[in-house]
Amino acid sequence: MSTTDAGAAAAPAAPPAKKRPVVSDRSRAENRLGQRLVLPAVIVMLLVTAWPMIQALYLSLFRYRLTTPDDKSFVGLSNYGTVLTDSLFWQDTLNTVIIMVVTVAVELVIGFAFAMVMHRIVFARGAIRTAILIPYGIITVVSAYAWQFAFSLNNGFVNAWFSWLPWISPDTNWFGSHWPAMFAIMVSEIWKTTPFMALLLLAGLSQVSEDMLEAAKVDGATWWQRLWKVILPNMRAAIMVAVLFRALDAFRIFDNIYVMTRGAQDTESSSFLTYRQVIQQFQLGLGSALSVLLFLTVLLLAWLIVRLFRVDLAQARGEA
Amino acid sequence: MLTVSGLLAACSASADSGKTQLTWYINPDSGGQAKVAANCSTDDYTITTQVLPQDANEQRIQLARRLAAHDSGIDIMSIDPPFTAEFANAGFLAPLPQDLQDKLTQQSFQGATDAATWDGKLVVAPFWSNTQVLWYRKSFVEKAGIDMSQPVTWDQIIDAASKNGGKVAVQANKYEGYVVWINALISGAGGELASDTEKGLDMKLEIDSKAGEDAAAVIEKLAHSSAAPADLSVAQEGQAGSTFGGPQGAFMVNWTYIYNSYEASNPGFNKDIGYTRYPQTVAGQESRPPYGGIGLGVSTYSDHVDEAMQAIECITSPENQEVNAEITGNMPASVAGYEANGNALQKTYPADLLKLFQESLDAAAPRTVTPYWSDISGGLQSTWHPPSSVSSSTPADSQKFIDDVLHGRSLL
Repeated sequence: MSTTDAGAAAAPAAPPAKKRPVVSDRSRAENRLGQRLVLPAVIVMLLVTAWPMIQALYLSLFRYRLTTPDDKSFVGLSNYGTVLTDSLFWQDTLNTVIIMVVTVAVELVIGFAFAMVMHRIVFARGAIRTAILIPYGIITVVSAYAWQFAFSLNNGFVNAWFSWLPWISPDTNWFGSHWPAMFAIMVSEIWKTTPFMALLLLAGLSQVSEDMLEAAKVDGATWWQRLWKVILPNMRAAIMVAVLFRALDAFRIFDNIYVMTRGAQDTESSSFLTYRQVIQQFQLGLGSALSVLLFLTVLLLAWLIVRLFRVDLAQARGEA
Repeated sequence: MLTVSGLLAACSASADSGKTQLTWYINPDSGGQAKVAANCSTDDYTITTQVLPQDANEQRIQLARRLAAHDSGIDIMSIDPPFTAEFANAGFLAPLPQDLQDKLTQQSFQGATDAATWDGKLVVAPFWSNTQVLWYRKSFVEKAGIDMSQPVTWDQIIDAASKNGGKVAVQANKYEGYVVWINALISGAGGELASDTEKGLDMKLEIDSKAGEDAAAVIEKLAHSSAAPADLSVAQEGQAGSTFGGPQGAFMVNWTYIYNSYEASNPGFNKDIGYTRYPQTVAGQESRPPYGGIGLGVSTYSDHVDEAMQAIECITSPENQEVNAEITGNMPASVAGYEANGNALQKTYPADLLKLFQESLDAAAPRTVTPYWSDISGGLQSTWHPPSSVSSSTPADSQKFIDDVLHGRSLL
């Protein structure tokens, strides 16, 4: 059985020959009016987004500490050199990548299962959909505290409930070493954001044509074959959006780590490292260099994911 | 609408009365500073309090960021001792008048004055001074047959707890409190974290020393013994208090206020609590207990510097130090404070405990007074945490790391 991919089938065979469109005076005037109308918004956007970015880029070229403002000196790219040659930066980047890969992978699987439940359920649909979405409505800091208490040695339930497992005892200190602490952080992240993933996947799932599924069934495709050959290929754009959103979100993980370990046991993420340099150490130069690198990494990540899924975003939005 | 008109009415009332409003940013407590603020409000000004975050470093961050932005909304600040030099060096603190400096120097404990001094001048007014003592369970030491009338060492209490199924509760989470312990251990072995601090970034780090090794040996021994609580690497003051109050509680080092924290949850428990001087790092060498507390600074950017100076003179009076101590358990920064208001503190604390607090404060070792304390503290937290990772090479590793951080060669 061949893959039935509506997206691929709908792709244009060849780009049409370029032809300069005829623009009337009226539409040209309307365009100019439109540009003038959006200009204030564009200026505000530039002020609130582009300006801080340029400022960060500028500050990253200085050795500058907020509490010793007289010692400000231009150091060129030396802050970038310090960051890129420091093992802590790479350790934290690795932590971030591990958290991103594991949480997004687990969320994708569980989120898909939830999406299927929400899509196919025939009774108490509203109640079940609401129940699945509740964790996403909870503030991340609150969920992080809840999970910190859950894994706490003194008053948590995890040790008590799972002490039948050979590696868990009433004295297991989840935040006492690296991997258990990372596990706790990832559990809290997965619990909190799986519903978001499920919601995005549900949107994709509802776009899969019932006719195609029916046709596949008539052709004798099993449930597994229908999933892999019909449902998933037709959800590629939705999966890409879900993975892109969640991966970028997960890469910027901060709240859970701040609440649960404060970066102890080498559980820092890239965002947390940046926070510590800028906010705790007042190292505006070094911290800005880290911010710029974090921004570039996120940009690279977004590009990689878009390339990996080979989906045209404009096409995914339904544009021509 | 009602709220807005209410607010406007309040504003106009305040403006009409012409009374100055002084805002005092306080560390969270159980109402002591608010009471003192009310005591020190006069016909000319009213002191209102704003509560800072619980964590000392978070308090520093909030204050420093506001001050760096020249926020005139802060008049008086409660500042943790290790961050005093950083604030003074950045020009955030208005200079105290010489007569107030003289009065406070004369009145306060030596440790309190040392911690409040930067560049030869008293830059904050010592308000309360805290220290740690060794708390023990009388029932446990009786069972273990330990003589607590003589000074004890860390080795002795770890061994005694290990052999008798007890726990030694300390603060060893990755936070400022862990550095308090490390500093006390190194100071107790005759060392210090850094000297020549007036040289700024080029100060002399002294962690890689015999004293540093002695301190590391204590932490290594406790972390690998059965006397270590299961939550050692995440234990702050509260967790240490819980361990001590639990069935295996034996010994604990903790601040003065912990004494009165058990009465509500466990009436009668205090009868089982004994106390003595902070343990020695090296046998025969007098211990140097930790120094904590609060100094009051006046913001350079306040619109009411003169009134704020008058206010801190009132707040730090022995009588108000005593009022604060009675409510919060945070002990006065002066002998006069202990004796104020007709020795009122003796109603709440046994006389021998109050004497122990004062002796400990006299012998206390403040953390290094330097504008770069946050780098030293953060560097120690990075290299000495978790306690189970500490070994004889830790002092050398941490010294190199902190030196690299100070000179911008390493990320903290």
